[in-house]
Amino acid sequence: MAETRLIEISPVTRVEGHGKVTIHLDAEGRVDEARLHIVEFRGFERFIRGRLMWEVPVIVQRLCGICPVSHHLASAKAMDQIVGVDVLPPTAEKMRRLMHYGQVMQSHVLHFFHLSAPDLLFGFGAPAEKRNIFEVIRENPTLGLRAVQMRKFGQEIIEATAGKKIHGTGAIPGGINRNLPVEVRDRFLGQVEEMLVWAQDALALARGYVESHADMVAGFGTFPSSHMSLVREGDGALDLYHGRLRALDAGGAPIFDMVDYRDYHKHLIEDVRSWSYMKFPFIRALGAEDGWYRVGPLARMNTASFIDTPLANAAHGALRAFSGGLNHSTLANHWARMIEVVHCVEKIRELLQDPDLQGSDLVAKGERRFEGIGVIEAPRGNLIHHYRVDENDQVTFCNLIVSTTHNNEGMNRAVKAVAVQHLSSQPKITEGMLNHVEVAIRAYDPCLSCATHALGQMPLQVEIVDAAGAVIDRAGQCL
Amino acid sequence: MPVTRLLLIGYGNPGRGDDGLGPALAERMSGRNLPGLTVEIDYQLTVDHAALIATHDAVVFADAAMELGMPYRLTQVEGTPQALGSHQVTPEAALHLAWLLYGRSVPGWVLAIGGEAFGEVQEGLSAVALSNLHLAEQFLAGWIRQAVRAA
Repeated sequence: MAETRLIEISPVTRVEGHGKVTIHLDAEGRVDEARLHIVEFRGFERFIRGRLMWEVPVIVQRLCGICPVSHHLASAKAMDQIVGVDVLPPTAEKMRRLMHYGQVMQSHVLHFFHLSAPDLLFGFGAPAEKRNIFEVIRENPTLGLRAVQMRKFGQEIIEATAGKKIHGTGAIPGGINRNLPVEVRDRFLGQVEEMLVWAQDALALARGYVESHADMVAGFGTFPSSHMSLVREGDGALDLYHGRLRALDAGGAPIFDMVDYRDYHKHLIEDVRSWSYMKFPFIRALGAEDGWYRVGPLARMNTASFIDTPLANAAHGALRAFSGGLNHSTLANHWARMIEVVHCVEKIRELLQDPDLQGSDLVAKGERRFEGIGVIEAPRGNLIHHYRVDENDQVTFCNLIVSTTHNNEGMNRAVKAVAVQHLSSQPKITEGMLNHVEVAIRAYDPCLSCATHALGQMPLQVEIVDAAGAVIDRAGQCL
Repeated sequence: MPVTRLLLIGYGNPGRGDDGLGPALAERMSGRNLPGLTVEIDYQLTVDHAALIATHDAVVFADAAMELGMPYRLTQVEGTPQALGSHQVTPEAALHLAWLLYGRSVPGWVLAIGGEAFGEVQEGLSAVALSNLHLAEQFLAGWIRQAVRAA
């Protein structure tokens, strides 16, 4: 039997929500299995049944305190179809896009500066007391201030387009309920150039990290996989708000392409496993064993043919050139995420100069339908909302595939790869070693359950299990 | 405590039962229109709360609490924060960020309100939470009047 070992972990935090990692050791202390468990049952699909379709885009925001806008927009897109609208008025679509770019920008900024920067700047094995944002700010106060200002900029865009920072009501079935007043537009225009400079600086930081640690990055949670995202219809450009589904295999060959996302269920199957509440989706054509795939910023950089904003496109080209094809490195997500920040700010600037944002044609109407499927690219990856509604406007069916669910298998593989690399056969497993596992999870910016955080809850727990199945150590941090 | 600008941040998820106690309290306090009081409602504390905190003289963080053993408890925030996330920005961390980023040392209190039904996806507060909310509201209204009057 393996010896019981003392393991010190503090903190094991900086992920969104509540999760658990178990690391199973064999008799020689080698990592036999490592799994990321989702320990909270969300149950939202049942909760939403019986609700009126009009209130769904508002209610679903309660799924998540971090990316409520993603759920707001995905559900609104589904409800567009139910009210018979396939093409929104330009003002409505552009307002929704502005909202979405604001949200992706602020989410990525928060993740990069506040959750990941301590690991990247100080090292994964640095003392835990050093590895936090406060130390980052102490050493580089400008970075900290910029992070807060950039996030604030994104939040204010959300507020201006959705009506409120949380529980916004902007997107409604068939359109939007407001336009952007000129004075608000001008306020954002006065800030956007500075945001673009800061976004490029952040990109340089993320790119520089990956390039200067190329060997480590290449060996850290890197494994071939398929990648999936929306891309723009026709030319395959990056499109975070709307498009068609594209999935590429590990070599870059299409598995499916330009698929109408309303047919997602023809291409994706959702598997379940006994040890996790989270589903394991896979691509039907490849089967359950080989059909898993990754989504998110890096997946989007892999699937997109190009980016339709110049600075982000140049950065996309640089990532591609560095990678020599698809990039499969878990840590390259940080580089990809900052490319998207630049892209979002460029799109925000482009939209702010578009007079359609001041238009008054806000809502379209069509012939009533009874089923709708909305898909967007949320900060963490592809997000699917699928509803059926009866003649009384009540929801009768709801299926959600959130980004973290798409990435479930990928994250588990990353956890195992890093655990094997850094924990196997070690005479003493330290907090720094365990942090390597968390770094791998964090790179996917997972949102494990969302927004229950009452005093006393635990966000992430790590358990070490010996060959006999006994838990020999566990650690976590209460909030 | 000389206070002219008091900030109340009520946070939690109203879609998770008693986790919505913080926002519920904040909404009630907002309806009282107390002079000098700014009310903010959010799902959770985030880094950008530091900027808001830095523009006030004091802050009260209202949050739901599990197994509190009493209807509510007001505690002054003390100590150095150990970590920071986005779901896990603690009151200590928010105050510390306000100091680090803006050079403002703002005193803070946590008003923990006891709940018993967390985690399930449901709206509305349990009977116990509602009762605790009422008591916490009465207490905080008096506390704020006294605090602001002291200025």
